[in-house]
Amino acid sequence: MNPTARRVAVLGGSRIPFARQNGPYAKASNQDMLTATLDSLVGRFGLEGEVLGEVAAGAVLKHSRDFNLTRESVLGSRLAPETPAYDVQQACGTGLEATVLVANKIALGQIDCGIAGGVDTTSDAPIAVNEDLREVLLELNRTKSNTGRLKLLTRLRPGQIVPEIPRNSEPRTGLSMGEHTALMARDWGIGREEQDELAVTSHRNLAAAYDTGWMDDLVTPFLGLERDQNLRPDSSVEKLAKLKPVFGGPEGTMTAGNSTPLSDGASAVLLASEEWAREHDIPIQAYFTDAQTAGVDYVHKGEGLLMAPAYAIPKLLDRNGAALQDFDFYEIHEAFAAQVLCTLKAWEDPVFCTERLGRDAPLGTIDRDRLNVHGGSLGAGHPFGATGGRIVAALAKALHERGSGRGLISICAAGGLGVTAIMEAPHD
Amino acid sequence: MTDRYAQLVNTPIGKLVTKQIGLPQPPRLERFQAGQPVITGPVLLGASGPDSRLAKPLAKVLKAVGADVLTPMDEELRTAAATAKLDAGIFNPEAAPADERFKALVFDATGIQSTDELERAWEFFHPAIRRVLPSGRVIILGTQPEDCAGPPAAIAQRALEGLERAIGKEVKRGATSQLLYVRPKAENQLEATLRFFLSPKSAFVSGQVVRIGPGAAAAGKVDWESPLAGKVALVTGAARGIGAAIAEVLARDGAHVVGLDVAPMADELSAVTSRLGGSFLAADITDQDAPAVIADHLLEQHEGVDIVVHNAGITRDKTLGRMTREQWSKVIAINVTAPQRIDRELFERDAVRRNGRIVGVSSISGIAGNAGQTNYSTSKAGVIGFVEAWSPALAKRGVTLNAVAPGFIETKMTEAMPLAIREAGRRMNSLSQGGLPVDVAETVAWFASPGSAGVTGNVVRVCGQSLLGA
Repeated sequence: MNPTARRVAVLGGSRIPFARQNGPYAKASNQDMLTATLDSLVGRFGLEGEVLGEVAAGAVLKHSRDFNLTRESVLGSRLAPETPAYDVQQACGTGLEATVLVANKIALGQIDCGIAGGVDTTSDAPIAVNEDLREVLLELNRTKSNTGRLKLLTRLRPGQIVPEIPRNSEPRTGLSMGEHTALMARDWGIGREEQDELAVTSHRNLAAAYDTGWMDDLVTPFLGLERDQNLRPDSSVEKLAKLKPVFGGPEGTMTAGNSTPLSDGASAVLLASEEWAREHDIPIQAYFTDAQTAGVDYVHKGEGLLMAPAYAIPKLLDRNGAALQDFDFYEIHEAFAAQVLCTLKAWEDPVFCTERLGRDAPLGTIDRDRLNVHGGSLGAGHPFGATGGRIVAALAKALHERGSGRGLISICAAGGLGVTAIMEAPHD
Repeated sequence: MTDRYAQLVNTPIGKLVTKQIGLPQPPRLERFQAGQPVITGPVLLGASGPDSRLAKPLAKVLKAVGADVLTPMDEELRTAAATAKLDAGIFNPEAAPADERFKALVFDATGIQSTDELERAWEFFHPAIRRVLPSGRVIILGTQPEDCAGPPAAIAQRALEGLERAIGKEVKRGATSQLLYVRPKAENQLEATLRFFLSPKSAFVSGQVVRIGPGAAAAGKVDWESPLAGKVALVTGAARGIGAAIAEVLARDGAHVVGLDVAPMADELSAVTSRLGGSFLAADITDQDAPAVIADHLLEQHEGVDIVVHNAGITRDKTLGRMTREQWSKVIAINVTAPQRIDRELFERDAVRRNGRIVGVSSISGIAGNAGQTNYSTSKAGVIGFVEAWSPALAKRGVTLNAVAPGFIETKMTEAMPLAIREAGRRMNSLSQGGLPVDVAETVAWFASPGSAGVTGNVVRVCGQSLLGA
């Protein structure tokens, strides 16, 4: 670490409840949701009219008109319009990557405080014109003569009405993320039951967090929704066992119950230097200690699409002199139950740890009672850009409550990416 | 030498018809092609609990042959794989899709200490056995009962023979099954044997039990592309049939082959050896001075010999009551007396170099006995006696002595059989077909390999797990 680096404090976070695709937020835009979320944070920490160092946020599915989504959201919020902002996009890693960027600027003294966030809507999704039609229209725009334009119009075909809808598939393999994860589950021999069990735990933990009021200062109701719409408090392994597989063919193990649904939502977290926090009299919930990203070659080397966190975490642990077991909370994004289980199995596997990670011994097992203790993406849903902020805020609160210890975050992302981080409780 | 029935069965219509009327279905066996890898499909490696002692050496060999390996999620196995730098995948029977297939199942059964624990073999094979690909391989590794700590372990390890043979009869489509008893301190002697049994080189060998010992010489570094480079091999009866095939395979593996046959076969013999870049010696091995002539030749031309294959053999079939004294004695003299005389001369004159290899050719007739072949059966059983009697003494000189025992092999000899007997011979084995001379030759080449120092005193049948003598 840079010896001049400052400690970065996480002061808290806020999010709107996550909705399922075409649910209550069907007509809400990314900008609507992000603005509402920023305002909820403003309200919670008294930031009205405040000029912050920076706001960094992003969305994965974005309209081309939203080229300045975060800045527009800031301008629409109660923050001072002089607060600069920029967009970040790193697939499902967006929210955590935005946090890393803001934290790093604070650590380097470039800013004193900032907001990191993310948002996504799968309901109000961008739809592009048909690629053939787009080519004709652009050519039309370039053509000067009328005869040339007429000639181009003869190239219009009825089929070109069919629009381009964004698909949840990897451009280089054509496989959906679910199909990729089914391949991983196959490689790692992940069974149906363990996936369903993980999903049930996710729902139950989240339901308990809501029921005990633990979520009250983390979630701000939006458009009539007070809790995550996807949450099924009465979920059970027996019920999930009845679902038909959706990925990996008829004998696949992945179902709608143990995969995250497409969802809509937004989240944001407030980060600052210790001085700024003191000056503003806001208690420090946790410190954002360190972060590590990784990429894997799922195209040519046969590594699993969502295995990058398994590579990032060991680097992060080594740099911080920590063992995998040295954490009180593990926040592993549950894109699919199988992704979490593959990752945990990989860290336990001597072959993976020596052959792929180049280590002498496996990282070992984690205490599963410390995993996603206040619910995970399977329960809450997963608006791509918003998951990082959801996790950072919840982990900060958990660490603050505990008063000591460390937490580990692992988020997998499309394109064979992984974003991971360590946070720790404030201690004297 | 063509098996027209097998050709017919392997046509779409032939297959349909023969299957409907319940005729045997001889599969097309994969055979080794030069430059081909040892094994072309995934290998499932399993072990039988914490006392298994072969996981590491097995992982090491599988890594060396470049196999695509999977293991159950068993900590010791995974650690063994990691130690061998083997990037092994995971097989979870409960989650594995139905289309997951294996070219080989390799099971380290050395951890089984009692008959109760044989259940571990069931646990490994039950979910995997129906996933074996055509021309697949099942290899069980155990501890020789004599080496076991006590009767319970010895009984359980002996029981593996039944399992291995039954599997050989259950797996269809050209798959084979073997049991390798690995003696203590022989853990580093596995590679040559595993390479042979995993590869298509062992296409017609099934249901066998092979004992691997620590060997007099360390296996050392073997050039697997050309394991016999720089070696001199004497092959008797090399002019045609199995002998010519042996000469060819030993030459392919890098040996200089000295072919030997009787004078009337000299033209055919020289054609074989000149094609292989070898040399030849025309002699009648039953002549009084033949051993001396052979030893002279080998010492003068090559300063000794590394590999001796006693392949020369004849049949003079008659039922015992009708057999002449000459028919009896000639078969005995060529098939079993001559090899002893030749070896005695070679060893007395120190013509066999260190790490030498002697290979006898027995026969399934020598194991099962064959009506009309009392002389031949006696001589070929004698070859087994030869192996048993001499291998311990030769081991002290660092020389191994083993024998192949061919079953029904498609040669001019079997072509001359009456149709009914020929068809019965061909079909009455687990692979429903006759073997080829090359199948015997590949087995000889495995014995001859410098990596086979731990393989001695074995008689290995090349018979497709024939019902005869089993």
